[in-house]
Amino acid sequence: MNITLTVNGETVTADVLPRTHLVDFLREHLELTGSHLGCEHGVCGACTIRLDGAIVRGCLVLAVQADGGVVETIEGLSDSGEIADLQAAFIARNALQCGFCTPGMLMAAQDLLLHNATPTREEIREHISGNYCRCTGYQAIVDAVETTAKQRARAQ
Amino acid sequence: MKASAFDYVRAKSLPEALDLLARHGEAAKLLAGGQSLLPALNLRLSAPEILIDISHLPELRGISTTATSLRIGALTRHVELQNAALVAEHAPVLTQAIGHVAHAAIRSRGTIGGSLANADPAAELPACALALHARIVMQSPRGERVIAADDFFTGLFATALLPDEILTAVEINLAQPGDVHGFGELARRSGDYAIVGLAAQGRVQNGKLAALRLGYFSIGTKATLATKAAAILTAGGGIEAAAAALADDLEPHDDLQADAATRLHLARVLLRRVISGMMPSLKAAA
Repeated sequence: MNITLTVNGETVTADVLPRTHLVDFLREHLELTGSHLGCEHGVCGACTIRLDGAIVRGCLVLAVQADGGVVETIEGLSDSGEIADLQAAFIARNALQCGFCTPGMLMAAQDLLLHNATPTREEIREHISGNYCRCTGYQAIVDAVETTAKQRARAQ
Repeated sequence: MKASAFDYVRAKSLPEALDLLARHGEAAKLLAGGQSLLPALNLRLSAPEILIDISHLPELRGISTTATSLRIGALTRHVELQNAALVAEHAPVLTQAIGHVAHAAIRSRGTIGGSLANADPAAELPACALALHARIVMQSPRGERVIAADDFFTGLFATALLPDEILTAVEINLAQPGDVHGFGELARRSGDYAIVGLAAQGRVQNGKLAALRLGYFSIGTKATLATKAAAILTAGGGIEAAAAALADDLEPHDDLQADAATRLHLARVLLRRVISGMMPSLKAAA
């Protein structure tokens, strides 16, 4: 099926099988490999991307469902500088080790900070509870998100 | 895993969706938010020949009130339910429950109609529909049909929906003075399926709990009303007598999360917590 959508600000037209989910489409067709596939059934959060402004599980949306939609991936948020401070905080706090969960973790963390500029540590943990990290034990990730929230609040 | 191959069609109107469903019958699956269907497809637990995408049907959208009812369109996403002032006013148990449904990235897509039609015994919304005495609105080529939530959930992932029917809306009576609600669930991790959960709705009249409905989920094969426990509580029999009666009301199952005895125990823990939250005076009496 032919689909046309906006990916990181660029209009993309492609021919996809209906069964192709959005992250396979991004990775295989567009070579945007920042969005990762872990469990492929909506549990791990490694595939978290933005669709029409809201974060979604990229493995639980078909590419054909995104026809006419606006998709933003970690590559888009990274290139635009939208999350540069969050990325710097992740590095400073050692909030990643293998890095597999990191793109999804950054997408989820940025979603939280856009909706709640001054989250508590408890709220940070709650919001990223759908993103699994098997390396860090989360403490450093929560530190990095909290640090970024405080930095942004000070910069206001 | 990857889903097996299927066709996809995006319906533009409810009549078109009904026509497609009539034409393809059981070979088709309706796709709304897809947050239960897509995992089932990816795991190949489901292998339909065609998906009929109903997520763009304007007839299934919107939250509104009439003189007597709150009407929630089937395509209302969980995040919309969570943020809707009308829902918070008339069905606050839904507002409270929705925060327990999975995670933000799933609540942004999942729909109330999809959750009810899927009838997962571990899902929060079917139990809320029972507690709220909701009415389920369905459309088929023969017209509209409305049934009580009590008659809608018929078994494990099974509902009263006929093969050619589409769930279009949920109706709930407007809130009345004295309405009280409570919600609780026990899960190992935030966003996980509950080991057991309870959605409760009642009314305080003359200092007593009345019209109490206790919707349990994740215990047995479907969302279940604990009618005996509710009757004991409204008759003034106290929380412990009601907790004992849960053994008659519920049919707890064994699974990897908990065995049946643990589930029944936890159902009683939730009853004490939720009821004493709704009626602090009952806690003192118990």
